[in-house]
Amino acid sequence: MAMNQAEIERFIKEALPDAEVVINDLRGDGDHYAAYVKSASFVGKSRVQQHQMVYSALQGRMGNELHALALQTAVPDAE
Amino acid sequence: MSDNPVFDRIKSEVEGSDVVLFMKGTPVFPQCGFSASVVQVLNHMGANFKGINVLEDDSIRDGIKQYSNWPTIPQLYIKGEFVGGCDIIREMFETGELTQAFNDKGVALDA
Repeated sequence: MAMNQAEIERFIKEALPDAEVVINDLRGDGDHYAAYVKSASFVGKSRVQQHQMVYSALQGRMGNELHALALQTAVPDAE
Repeated sequence: MSDNPVFDRIKSEVEGSDVVLFMKGTPVFPQCGFSASVVQVLNHMGANFKGINVLEDDSIRDGIKQYSNWPTIPQLYIKGEFVGGCDIIREMFETGELTQAFNDKGVALDA
């Protein structure tokens, strides 16, 4: 079972409400996505920890329903 | 020793070699594009690494995801520490951070 774009975005925003989320359906097949997630909650975290936070927002779907989600995380520019 | 025999096996693997890649397929014949991409980066950098084919062992395939709290394969370990999956390794390679990580951990790269 694939996940749709809006669903992925919803899960991420539920866990990281301030996040700026951009999702692309890479092949238009609902199964291979790229996501860019920018959130202040990533500040001070390693890349591995940032990605783990996004995976945890997806509640176990990554690697299961969600086969491929290329992930890029970022922190907002300092004010 | 932990209570989990699979974790013990994983731990002895990641501590037994400087660079270990848990992947689908083998370094010579990767069976997944994401694994292939990390192999390509490591070869390009001249990193010697041990590939572990998770497709040959379901207990490792599931166990490694719990070990690192990381839901996908491939997974790269340097000196026992989980460094990242495909996206992070590619990003670190492009920014030069991966070479830095090898240097910082004292792991030699072939010229």
